[in-house]
Amino acid sequence: MNKIFAFDNVCINGFASVVGKTEKAGPLSYCFDMCEEDEYFGKDTWEEAESEMVHRCINILLNKTGRAPDSLNLICGGDLLNQCVASSFGVKEWGVPYLGLYGACSTFGEAMLVGGGMVSGGFAKNALGFASSHFCSAEKQYRFPLEYGGQRTPTAQNTVTGCGAVLLEKGQGKIMLKDGLVGRIVDAGITDVNNMGAAMAKAAADTLRRYFALSGKSPSDFDIIATGDLGREGYELCCELLGDAYEKIKDRYTDCGMMIFDMEGQDVHSGGSGCGCSASVTAGYFLPRLKKGELKRVLLVPTGALMNPTTVFQGQSIAGIAHAICFERQG
Amino acid sequence: MNDSYKKYVEDRAKRSPCFVNTLKALCVGGLICCVGKAITELYTFMGAELKNAQTLSTVTLVFIAGLLTGIGWFSAMGKFSGAGTLVPITGFANAIASPAIENKTEGLIYGTCAKMFVIAGPVIVFGTLASSLYGVIYYVVEKVM
Repeated sequence: MNKIFAFDNVCINGFASVVGKTEKAGPLSYCFDMCEEDEYFGKDTWEEAESEMVHRCINILLNKTGRAPDSLNLICGGDLLNQCVASSFGVKEWGVPYLGLYGACSTFGEAMLVGGGMVSGGFAKNALGFASSHFCSAEKQYRFPLEYGGQRTPTAQNTVTGCGAVLLEKGQGKIMLKDGLVGRIVDAGITDVNNMGAAMAKAAADTLRRYFALSGKSPSDFDIIATGDLGREGYELCCELLGDAYEKIKDRYTDCGMMIFDMEGQDVHSGGSGCGCSASVTAGYFLPRLKKGELKRVLLVPTGALMNPTTVFQGQSIAGIAHAICFERQG
Repeated sequence: MNDSYKKYVEDRAKRSPCFVNTLKALCVGGLICCVGKAITELYTFMGAELKNAQTLSTVTLVFIAGLLTGIGWFSAMGKFSGAGTLVPITGFANAIASPAIENKTEGLIYGTCAKMFVIAGPVIVFGTLASSLYGVIYYVVEKVM
C-alpha cells in the first residue's frame, strides 16, 4: 500500500531514554534521562541487563508523566534478541496489553506506526512505544564473545546500548505524531555482515523518496531529517543514492548512528546501530527539542537490516527496510 | 543492478590498515614467541629436559592467555595486534576461553561446555585431520624409503 498514514490527533505526552556507558561518553550524553555505567544494569546476564534497561526506561517515562502502569492501554515495542525476550521480560510484570514487534533496527519506527495507528483508530486511548538494544547481548547473539580478541573492519558498526520509550495519546499536545510511511523491503544484494549500512542505505533512500513524493512535503519543511542507524558508511551511500534529491536535503540530513557517538574520538568504526539507536536519540534529543520549540518538524527514518546469523552463514543477502515518521511541534 | 551496487559498495568501503596491522601483528606475535622461548629457557634452567620444557612452555602460555581472557585484557590486546595474538597458541586459548566465559550464564553443560568450541571447533577438526594425514604420509614415506 503506497499511502502515507496520517494520524488523527495523536500527540506525544511523554518520552524517556536510558543508555549505557559508551553512549554516556558520546556527544549526546547530556540529553538522556539515565546513563548507566554498569553494563549489567545490576543483573547477572546480558539478556537480563537489557530487560532491566527496558523496565527502567518505561518506569522513568511513567514517573515523568505521573502515571501508573495500569493507565496504559497498550505497550508495543521490540529489540534484537531471539524471540524479542528483552522486551517481553522487561514489561511482563505490569500486566499491560502488549504487542512484541520486530523490524530489526527499524523497530522503533514500527512501534510508532503500530502504536500511532492503534491510538489514531480509537482502539486504544494511549499506547507506549519503545525499542531497545544492548551492545553485549547483541554481540553475543550476532557476533563473537566479548572477550574474543579479534579485529573488525572500518565499515562495521557498534550496537548502541539504549532504550527509548514514547507515550502516544489521543488528543492535542505540544508534539504531534503527524504521519508516517511503512517501508518496503529492499534487497540490495549485500552479504557482508560488517557493512550493514550499505545493506540498509537503499531502503532508506527508497523510503525518503517515497515519503516526499506521497506526502507532498518538501525537505525544507523539516528542521532535521534523520535516518536511524546507517552509520557513516550507509549515510554516505544514502546521500549518493538520493542523487539530485540530495541537494535538497543535505543541509538538514543526518543519521542517529553518527550523532550518538563521537565519530572521531570514540572507537566505534562506522557509528552506532541497533533498535536503541534511533529510539534513544529520538526520546533523548529530538523530542525534548521539539517540546522546547527549538525544532518545528522532524522526519525520522529508522532503518533495519533483515537477517540472522544462520542466513548470513548460508550466504543469503541482507535486505534492508526503513520506515518514516513525522514528528511535529504544535503552536 | 544489485551486482553493480554490491561491487560499488565493496570498492568504496575503507579497508583495514593492512600494513600497520601486519606490523603490529609481527611485533606482538614475535614478542609472544620470545616470551615462550624465555619460559622454555627458564624451565630448562630449572632442570627440565628440553622436550618437557617446550611442552610446559606451551601450557604456561595457554594458561596466561586464558587468565588474560578472564580478566578482560585479551580482547584489547587482540584488537590491537590482530593475528599477532590470534595465530600463536594464545589465540587458540582465547578462542576456547571467551565463549566458555560468555555462555556460562546458560549453565555448565548447555552453556560453558557446549559453547566453548564454537570458534575453536573447526581448528580442532582440521588440526586433527591434518595431523592424521601427515601421519599417514609419514608412515608411507618411512616404509617406502
